[in-house]
Amino acid sequence: MSAISTKTTAHIASLANLPLSEKEIQTLTPQLDSVVSYTTKTSQLNTDAVEETAQVTGLENIFREDEVDTSRMFSQEEALANARQTHKGFFVVPAVLEER
Amino acid sequence: MTFTPIIGIETHVELKTKSKMFCGCVNDPFNAPKPNIYTCPVCLGLPGALPVANKKAVEWTIKIGLALGCKIALFSKFDRKHYFYPDLPKGYQISQYDQPLCYEGRVKTEYGEVRITRVHLEEDTGKLLHQEVDGERKSLVDFNRSSVPLVEIVTEPDIHSAEHAKAFTKKIHQIIRYLDVSDADMEKGSMRLEANISVQTEEEKASNMLPSYKVEVKNLNSFRYIERAIHHEVARQSQIREKGEVPHQETRGWNDAKNQTFTQRSKESAEDYRYFPDPDLPPMRFTTVYIEAIRESLPILPDALVEKWTSAGVKPQDALILADDPKMVDVINHLLNHTDIDIAKIASQIVNKRILVDFSKNDVHQVVEKLLVDSKALSQTTAIDEAMLVKTIQEVFDENPKAVADYKSGKKQVIGFLMGMVKRKLGNIDTALLITKIDELI
Amino acid sequence: MLLDLSIHELNKGLDEKKFSSVELIEEAFSRIEQLNPVLNALITVREKEQVLQEARRADATRTEKTSVLHGLPFVLKDSYVTQGIQTTAASTILKDFIAPYNATVYQKLLNAGAILIGKANMDAWGHGASSENTDFGPVKNPWDTTRVPGGSTGGCAVAIAVRMCAFAIGEDTGGSIRNPSAWCNTSGLKVTYGRVSRYGCIAYASSFDTVGPMGKTAEDCAMVLEVIAGKDPYDATSSPHAVLAYGSAIQKPRPLVVGLPHEALGEGVDAEIVKGVKTTAALLEREGYTIKEISMPMLSYGVAVYYQIAPSETSSNLARYDGVRYGQGRDQFTDETKRRIMIGTYALSTGYADKFYHNALKARTLFIEAYKKAFESCDVLLMPVMPFHAPKLGELIADPLKNALTDALTTTQNPVGIPSLAVPIGFSSSGLPMGAQVVGPMFFEEKILSVGYRIQQLTEFHKKKPAL
Repeated sequence: MSAISTKTTAHIASLANLPLSEKEIQTLTPQLDSVVSYTTKTSQLNTDAVEETAQVTGLENIFREDEVDTSRMFSQEEALANARQTHKGFFVVPAVLEER
Repeated sequence: MTFTPIIGIETHVELKTKSKMFCGCVNDPFNAPKPNIYTCPVCLGLPGALPVANKKAVEWTIKIGLALGCKIALFSKFDRKHYFYPDLPKGYQISQYDQPLCYEGRVKTEYGEVRITRVHLEEDTGKLLHQEVDGERKSLVDFNRSSVPLVEIVTEPDIHSAEHAKAFTKKIHQIIRYLDVSDADMEKGSMRLEANISVQTEEEKASNMLPSYKVEVKNLNSFRYIERAIHHEVARQSQIREKGEVPHQETRGWNDAKNQTFTQRSKESAEDYRYFPDPDLPPMRFTTVYIEAIRESLPILPDALVEKWTSAGVKPQDALILADDPKMVDVINHLLNHTDIDIAKIASQIVNKRILVDFSKNDVHQVVEKLLVDSKALSQTTAIDEAMLVKTIQEVFDENPKAVADYKSGKKQVIGFLMGMVKRKLGNIDTALLITKIDELI
Repeated sequence: MLLDLSIHELNKGLDEKKFSSVELIEEAFSRIEQLNPVLNALITVREKEQVLQEARRADATRTEKTSVLHGLPFVLKDSYVTQGIQTTAASTILKDFIAPYNATVYQKLLNAGAILIGKANMDAWGHGASSENTDFGPVKNPWDTTRVPGGSTGGCAVAIAVRMCAFAIGEDTGGSIRNPSAWCNTSGLKVTYGRVSRYGCIAYASSFDTVGPMGKTAEDCAMVLEVIAGKDPYDATSSPHAVLAYGSAIQKPRPLVVGLPHEALGEGVDAEIVKGVKTTAALLEREGYTIKEISMPMLSYGVAVYYQIAPSETSSNLARYDGVRYGQGRDQFTDETKRRIMIGTYALSTGYADKFYHNALKARTLFIEAYKKAFESCDVLLMPVMPFHAPKLGELIADPLKNALTDALTTTQNPVGIPSLAVPIGFSSSGLPMGAQVVGPMFFEEKILSVGYRIQQLTEFHKKKPAL
């Protein structure tokens, strides 16, 4: 059972888009390790022939019809109302350099 | 050294459903007069919002899969694909991971078959623009397109030339338009293409090994770009491999003005999307009855159509051209119902634009009637007074002494020119009569 | 105090014009003004004059056809979006966030004529068992203000206990309604997954989250449940299962078989709490219930399984907080929240997902089978809610693993989706409330509520109020 290293913590933080300081990485690592290590207790269970359960509802094929629902649509003002910065109807973010 | 291009194509098609994939917002991002006017809690990713899947989008994805010869999964689900980007409101895209709706299909092209790995359904992202705001470089985000239904079609790396790639993408484009599930307009962004390109050495080919890397090329907004970009990229990669090096695994864009690809994003390490089944969306289970009903509803597809028409007598090259226009399909099929017409001739007349098909009429029967009238008019000959004919032929002889001399000296084909000159003056005269008379008088 | 009355009694009083909604609101505000500065139960308190106006309107429009909740003051956990009123999830990230839409549960309560008093403090994003993981100051336990009230729905339980409202809507993902109910001497219902719409409930773990009623009694919870339950076209996981008249259904006496899982009553659980549960069982037995001792070894894996799935889902659900369309930047998450996001990201990451996330989903199936087996021989199960009494402020928040283990007895029900009702069963020797939970099969809320109702007919613990 490998412990979580600070390198792992830094990598996970970057995947999770969490800006952490060096100090935070140092503090969080043993804390994460203690909880994660505890959870490995489940390896005591025999899950070889067991199916995963992703959903407990038992529901299937829940759809909506292809219709426009104006009752939920926002005006431009409503859509932008909580944003930190807007410009001519757009949300503004720092310039994104890398394309996706 | 010879290198074999190994190419796979990824196509994204925006479905033209009325509403978005997981909410009831208007699905019309391209024509929206303003940004951020077609949003709601769901497609804006507000706290507490939940998705509900658009039934029609699922049906149309299955339709596309069937049209591409795919198997349809009897059990399927949506998964969350995680990455951070400002145009992705939830920080994850609802997509499909290991149980896509359609898989293992095939598409025929004149350069060979291309296997379809999978066809799956996901939601589109918002749109990003880059602009200066108050003197600072910023990016602007518009969520009108967020959560529009998007179908992703992925091929095996079965394509080995730029021409093959172009033919394949044209085929996909044609089929999608036949199904009438998307405008598939590359300029407007309702059909987007990416190519995964690598070049295989002779040794790799001999041992049936694919290269260890691949380069993804994006921004291929037209069939022409695809061809040029692939040519360029294959050359670029071959140069690198000639030196014994391996090209970087990365994403490149195509710059048509400069005729080159350029680095967009390094893909040294594969992205970790941390897929898991979306807990907010119950899975889907289909019966074979349901799937067969969708199969029944498929229109006759381009290949089958071309075959049907050529069997009825249409020239193959005319059939291919006519089949490319979904509007024309109904017209030609209706023409085929008339047994007493020369379908090959009429088809050619349409292709050569000697008859113009008037689509302004709503009823296909009216369109066909007018078409037949126009065709007949082309073949109709004008009744002519014998004296008038003789006089006109003489006029033409006088106006064209060289042609007459040529004809007399043995260049018999000049009669075509002389006939044309007479017809110009008199209209459409019976050809046989005209030939006889000219021959007589000359 | 008027707000000591049950929902049924409040309705009677209002119908008979013994008092008015205005008076209920006045009383609620008086309690808030007096006690909220001490207990910190509410993050947002609505503007009094506006609420009074709504109360006046409620009084004027009351008929014999209006809902049982018409004109009654309630509080929402601050994880439910309310149009025009701040929703923070107790995080600085959403400070000043005004949602442009209503949660379905809120809309239903508005349609029923109920009156929102305020938004309750909680562990941010649902991450906690003590209501200390909040950017708005910790909530205090009204029974001992040096101690925590439990969490994550601490604010609601406190508000009910000190009569700031007639009922509340909480949210339970791994014990968040049941835990503070037990430590504050109130009743709270974790419903069957899908029983109540989650639309507008800020998500913690999407496949565990439940929206549930909290009140002074099981009967009150039943009456609220009737109004809020039901299928919602905006929530694809909400159930089409029929909504019963829970309020009246629970009064029917039923001689049920009550199972006592011995793993929940042994090592690791405070002796007084175990005694309290056993005494309660004995009371029920005297009333004709059959008590059966059973074994459920899977129970000891609750925390381990829960803390792989819930953080995974929360790491995903919190990805939307990027400061673009609303809210502040991701550096503003508390340490506890950062930990949970990271644990979840790790459990889902390439190379670890099979060992953690996917394996936990298999263990989940084992939980489902264990409860299925238990319910073959029992109608309901009775067990403690908490393994220990309410700790002092600062104790749990300082120790991430101890904090996680607080949920030991409440983390197996959510992965399975089954309902569980927490009710008061007594006090510790130091005067701290203790609770028991009645667990039932999916969609059998009326069974567990009927047992809770019976317990509250046989005991008076739920009537006791903190001295404040």
